Amino acid sequence: MSSSPGTAQSKAKPIATMFEYDFMRTAFMAGGVVAVVAGAVGFFLVLRNLTFAGHALSHVGFAGATGSVLIGIGALWGLLAFTMAAALAMGLLGDRLRNRDVAVGIILSLALGLGVLFLYLYTTSATEATAILFGNLLGVSLATLWSLLGLSVATVLALAMISRPLLFATLAPELAEAKGVSLRLVSVLFLAIVAVAVAEAAQVVGVLLVFALMVGPAAASQRLTARLGSGLALAITLALSETWGGLALAYVTDWPTTFWIVLLSCLAYFLSFAKPTPAIAAGSARE
Amino acid sequence: MDALAARCARPGPRASLPLKGYAVELGRVTIARGGRIVLDEVSAAIRPGEFIGVFGPNGSGKSTLLRALLGLLQPLAGAIRVFGATPGRGNRAAGYLPQQRAAVADLPVRGRDFVASAWQGERWGLPLISRRGRQQVERAIERVEAQALANRRLSQLSGGELQRLLLAQALLGEPKLLLLDEPLISLDPHFQEAVIAMVRRIQQSEAITVLFTAHDLNPLLGVMDRVLYLGNGRAALGTVDEVITDRVLSRLYDMPIEVLRIKDRIVVVAGHGPVEGEAHRHDV
Repeated sequence: MSSSPGTAQSKAKPIATMFEYDFMRTAFMAGGVVAVVAGAVGFFLVLRNLTFAGHALSHVGFAGATGSVLIGIGALWGLLAFTMAAALAMGLLGDRLRNRDVAVGIILSLALGLGVLFLYLYTTSATEATAILFGNLLGVSLATLWSLLGLSVATVLALAMISRPLLFATLAPELAEAKGVSLRLVSVLFLAIVAVAVAEAAQVVGVLLVFALMVGPAAASQRLTARLGSGLALAITLALSETWGGLALAYVTDWPTTFWIVLLSCLAYFLSFAKPTPAIAAGSARE
Repeated sequence: MDALAARCARPGPRASLPLKGYAVELGRVTIARGGRIVLDEVSAAIRPGEFIGVFGPNGSGKSTLLRALLGLLQPLAGAIRVFGATPGRGNRAAGYLPQQRAAVADLPVRGRDFVASAWQGERWGLPLISRRGRQQVERAIERVEAQALANRRLSQLSGGELQRLLLAQALLGEPKLLLLDEPLISLDPHFQEAVIAMVRRIQQSEAITVLFTAHDLNPLLGVMDRVLYLGNGRAALGTVDEVITDRVLSRLYDMPIEVLRIKDRIVVVAGHGPVEGEAHRHDV
């Protein structure tokens, strides 16, 4: 097997040389910074049953990313502007969006359609489109790394600020409202945080696969532990190991980083089902 | 000196309640919901430490009344007083067990973390819990005898077990007033009795005022001090014998009502059959 002379094999490099390259070091740092945010924000996203919202935001972000490339700004900022606008609209419309799957879906289609138009107008290369759709962690510039770091610090601080009422509003919304928590305010603030996290995660795995980095680790961790603190820590750990593991595997195999990250995310999720739970015993006690 | 005087004036926990004054006062309160008047100039006064069963047909305003007492709804007219003060948002004196709780049953979170999320959960910042907070959470869990449930996920608990954890959340912060919205809904009779006995025990040991909404008054007959019956915008407050009569209920339902007593049970019958119980599930 190791002697088969495939094209991928011929490009393969020994893992020890990985950190000799600037782009690899930048990719590891950028991936790490984004994974922490994606894991933490994703944990609350899954707990709040908002995974579809995260998915929707990333699709809206596609139009923003291609649009900003068209007018010559970094894709990250266009992404951020569009995800943020969509998140605020979602938060303010709130319950009025419930059972409006068709309307939401059509808006998402429009966003993707606009993205295609912007790409057509910006005729230079298709690699830009691939990078936006599927991520290009190895191509992250030093300037982008600094932007990601700044955004991540701001996001983590904001999440820390609202995490207490957010948790209360998520687990016991009616009681939280009775105790004076503004459910609307908490929801809008959280969606704004999600918007930043989505824009960041799209730099790593692309707008189409944000789900894998934000939802995969959190969903697996919530299957593995019922404790909130350990669950959050595990979601971040999983997101980090999947991102770094994906980078290392991409370096060794020369296959796309995104493929490896998504594969590891799926593996972690499906392996989490292997953990025996006392659900059967408890299920029979249900009256 | 002041502390001594205060202690003389308040010899025991029961007597520490205000001797005069009411736990809940409604003075000609009018409340609308969805453009419809639900309570129309309702007046009532509930004393501290009373266990009040709150009944009435669908849409009669049971949940609306509880939300108004929490300060979540403002009356169009009239005055609401809870322990002498107009309820504002974030009423710490009141513990609340809400009716809409279907989503809770799917949470993958363990019971202890669920209860703890309500401990000063309205504050900004990290959800770290102080030692005193942890003690309060453990105490609330012990009071509802849910120690064995605290390490299990909510999604693995039965309806009755969930109800106990929700009650523990309501008891956090040692409220003087407990507002329980349909805690018996979708529970088997056996679990209904257990929940009622538990609420009664806590209410008596700590002299808490309880408003307990339900559809069937029979499970609560032995524990209620008085009945608050809502209907047709009006309300009647009194003992079971005073309120559950043909005359009072006919006025509240706005149709001829007959109250039948079969052994220890009370059946309220309209022209077409029993008007309370299983037929009613969802309420305003």
